[in-house]
Amino acid sequence: MHEFGVTESIIDIALKEARKAQARKVTKISLVVGELTGFMPDCIEFYFDLMSKDTIAEKANLHFESAPAQVRCRSCLTIFRPKDTLWACPKCQSQGIEIVGGRELYIESMEVE
Amino acid sequence: MRKIELVQNILEANEAIAAQNKRLLNEHGVFAINIMSSPGAGKTSLILQTMARLKGKLKIGVIEGDVASTLDAEKVKNEAVGVVQISTRNMPENCSLIASMLDPALKKLPLEEMDLLLIENVGNLICPSEFVLGEHKRVVVSSVPEGDDKPIKYPMIFADADAVVVNKTDLLPYVDFDIAVFRRAIEGLNSKVKIFELSCKTGAGIESWCSWVLNGLMSSQGRGNST
Repeated sequence: MHEFGVTESIIDIALKEARKAQARKVTKISLVVGELTGFMPDCIEFYFDLMSKDTIAEKANLHFESAPAQVRCRSCLTIFRPKDTLWACPKCQSQGIEIVGGRELYIESMEVE
Repeated sequence: MRKIELVQNILEANEAIAAQNKRLLNEHGVFAINIMSSPGAGKTSLILQTMARLKGKLKIGVIEGDVASTLDAEKVKNEAVGVVQISTRNMPENCSLIASMLDPALKKLPLEEMDLLLIENVGNLICPSEFVLGEHKRVVVSSVPEGDDKPIKYPMIFADADAVVVNKTDLLPYVDFDIAVFRRAIEGLNSKVKIFELSCKTGAGIESWCSWVLNGLMSSQGRGNST
């Protein structure tokens, strides 16, 4: 359970951006969460409901999009989506890879009134 | 209704505090290692062995992160120039140290006297992989009774490690742990990692781990602690 601080940051960012835009209400926050991170959308929502109370982000709709895991083969540079536990390259069978996608955690956009 | 396009990294707040921590460490010439593992893999034993071997050569401070108790801090306090226990039980994040917990702990340590800071993270292979603290090196301790499949089950923490310590090698004759399988899985995820096989119980293999620590410290000071 390490979504508390993350949710706090989401609210901080949302309120700051809303103030900049001189908005009265935050209605939606769109988030991208990488498949390889340990962050759970359900936990973020749970904390968000508690922590956004009495702010202009209260009752904002959280929209989560999952960013797929993507790895690049270190031998032939093929980019592929790893399956289960075996992360071998489908083209050259090499098992040496680097992670290029799936670790994201960011706010993509917000909607305000 | 208005839409605001952002693309704003949510972990930036933690990363900014981590960068401040690192600046503070660099100002005092302190080399910091973040030690992560599952509970019971031997983080405290590795710290004790490292302190025993490097005694007289380096002044070492320790930060102990635990959900509860000061047991680990008690164990290391005789050998360290300073120990701070961070108890995460009453903190919003209790499964990992985060950069903002390190900041007050650093201020309690005699940094001006220290060369090396060993940070024992909370025992957990998932959460600590998400948070940088301001350390110079990230190390994962894995012990042979846990099995050789840990890098496959928890790839993220191994993908970012500068070094992996395989502890309790004295138990190899009694457990099904294939060190070649373990190494292959880690090296597949991480091309820069150093792997050390050792036993904190018998002391076997500790020397080369300690040399890595010393070399890291010297090259960090050689670069004027810019990293």
